[in-house]
Amino acid sequence: MARQVNEINAGSMADIAFLLLIFFLVTTSMDIDTGITRKLPPPPPKDQKDIKVNERNVLKVLVSKSDRLMVNNKPDDISNLRNEVREFLRNDDIHSPTSAEGRPEKKKEPLNFPILGGKIWPSKGIISLQNDRGTSYDMYIQVQNELAAAIRELRDELSKQYFGMRYDQLVDDKKIKAIQKAIPVAISEAEPKDIGGK
Amino acid sequence: MAKFKKKIGKGTPGISTSSLPDIIFMLLFFFMVTTTMRESTLLVQVKPPQATEVQKLEKKSLVSFIYIGPPLKKQFGTESRIQLNDSFATVKDIPEFIEAERQSHDEADRKLLTTSLKVDKETKMGIVTDVKQQLREVGAFKINYSTAKKLAKR
Repeated sequence: MARQVNEINAGSMADIAFLLLIFFLVTTSMDIDTGITRKLPPPPPKDQKDIKVNERNVLKVLVSKSDRLMVNNKPDDISNLRNEVREFLRNDDIHSPTSAEGRPEKKKEPLNFPILGGKIWPSKGIISLQNDRGTSYDMYIQVQNELAAAIRELRDELSKQYFGMRYDQLVDDKKIKAIQKAIPVAISEAEPKDIGGK
Repeated sequence: MAKFKKKIGKGTPGISTSSLPDIIFMLLFFFMVTTTMRESTLLVQVKPPQATEVQKLEKKSLVSFIYIGPPLKKQFGTESRIQLNDSFATVKDIPEFIEAERQSHDEADRKLLTTSLKVDKETKMGIVTDVKQQLREVGAFKINYSTAKKLAKR
């Protein structure tokens, strides 16, 4: 005769689950990390010579020790920076190999993107960003933010013109790539002087 | 006797709680899946600056964090310092840190490793520049300046 097996009391199951639940509730962090993503350049070769860059291709942005801004050797305010950068990097006609007088030159080698209507010549314009060791990180991020915003606005513009929607709404990888190449993130950070000598 | 039994039958039956564990388990699994454990306790104060042009940091498992900020305990001074994992570090410790991060990932994932700089907004750029130079030298080119999102004016 089989012995009758008592049923296991499952009433405490809820309590155990509650305990685990509370543990995970406490240890969880739901905050999504956000930030500005940048790519650092590889370290320069030791025997690198100064690269000569035509002055009209460079927009010099300097941030001083006291968080003041200088754009092309003129004192400036951060609220104007976005427009200035946008106007500087703007590519008036991407299908033309030359640019207007005084505007940054075009790259020599054209890129071929059929979805942008054939050959395009991206601008040679470059933003040279230099900061002091005493610049506050907050100011540096504000400047980086304005530069990123200017490039984003240009990309939006081009994207709207060709694909009818904003750059961040694009889904097709080909289109994203084309826009990225047509308007590159042309930010160069100058070698900090006291470290470069090492 | 039949009179009494009828009266008992009329009361509303109690709500069955037998499905309660199931509901709780469901919640539990939700939190287990969405949770990310905080790997290190902060020794430095990090109040990130705000920016409008932020991107989400994807694939959290491929991100290593470098914290820079003034120490929380005042006996370590008020000057910004670097924190790697669970301890204070200097700029010279960064190559080792990056190497350790690389070793702990698959070869295929190594190229995708991102370094997130969580820097306090009061920090001076000098120390950040040093860190960036060091990262360049060891070939950790993908970086992310951690910032909080400010509402954009479109």
